[in-house]
Amino acid sequence: MSYYLAIIGTTDSPIYECEFGTHKQGGDGTSKFSPEMKELNPFILHSSIDIVEDIQWQTNSMFLKSFDEFHGPGTGSTSTNVNYYISGFLTSGNVKFLMIHDNSVYKNEDSIKQFFMDLNDLYVKTLLNPFYKVNDVISSSVFDLKVKACAKKYL
Amino acid sequence: MSQPSDIIQVSNPTQTSTKSALKGGYNPSLGPIQLPTSYQAQLASTASSKRNIYDHSLSRRAPEVNLSSLSYIFNVMIQYSQKNSKGIQELEGKLNTLGYSIGPKVLELITLREGKNAKREIKLVEILQFIHTQVWRTLFGRVADELEKSSEADDEYMITDKQPLMSEFISVPKDMGQLNVNAFVAGIIEGILDVCYFQASVSAHTVETPGCPNRTVFFIKFDRDVIERENLRFHK
Repeated sequence: MSYYLAIIGTTDSPIYECEFGTHKQGGDGTSKFSPEMKELNPFILHSSIDIVEDIQWQTNSMFLKSFDEFHGPGTGSTSTNVNYYISGFLTSGNVKFLMIHDNSVYKNEDSIKQFFMDLNDLYVKTLLNPFYKVNDVISSSVFDLKVKACAKKYL
Repeated sequence: MSQPSDIIQVSNPTQTSTKSALKGGYNPSLGPIQLPTSYQAQLASTASSKRNIYDHSLSRRAPEVNLSSLSYIFNVMIQYSQKNSKGIQELEGKLNTLGYSIGPKVLELITLREGKNAKREIKLVEILQFIHTQVWRTLFGRVADELEKSSEADDEYMITDKQPLMSEFISVPKDMGQLNVNAFVAGIIEGILDVCYFQASVSAHTVETPGCPNRTVFFIKFDRDVIERENLRFHK
């Protein structure tokens, strides 16, 4: 299983991006996206923003599970096309956490939700830094490590 | 002006990428990069040696700040803004800007502390109630006194505070009669509303009543399209 995560600011530009794989079932934590998918990931993710902006006014929950799908090249060189799913999380300040994953959310909905909750915690800690402004890029390597630790814990 | 050595460095992508990869953290010009596990372990060991903001817990209640210290800092902020502005309006604008950047931070922190019950506010009246109760309680320790809708226009709302905490020790000189330093708090409200996509302009006005000389009305005027969107979404 591979994951591509991006935090999108209020002006629709990414402020953090990250790619990782599962640590469960003997995974080593690196993503297995094919080179084509690696290039497509940001496009797929950004095209789903339209859907987010529509459903954000229909629900007041923060977690949006598998609201978008993409049928694209699978992992490995010879495998057939597979479905990718996009789940999201909206903070109260309308910053979007969006994630592409290649397995249906019905299997691990709770772990993705937990992951987003912890990510929100890390994001708010960044935001409370008086030198950080909304929509600044998060370049801290400590933040990066903490996100990857969360990924290891839940996904 | 020519620095050939710099230009060569920039045009050599392999060199720049290895340099940045060693640093760790997200770099927008490189996108997501997976560091080898050995680097990650190395970074983790250096990062964990120092306590940083990510190690603090956000869930415990914020410790209260002394009113005297708060008033002193606010006093210095006003003096600084006053020195750099020509009139009352410019001074209020500067205070509003200072408050504006605090708004989103307060909002995110309050929703985070709500834990499992956290939700986003998508209705206009609900976000105003949220500011009137939760935000006021977090910032000033009590809820605001009144929340009213203007009887004349449908895009105007008012939040009233009989005894605003911030201006308790601020006395306005006679020649600056129009000034209300709660423009700072108005800025916080404006920041929260803007980041929730309820664009509005917020101003603070002194409206005296017997016994409450500092009574302040926060006048909230929403943008026209916010009201239109609200009518389309929720009042079909």
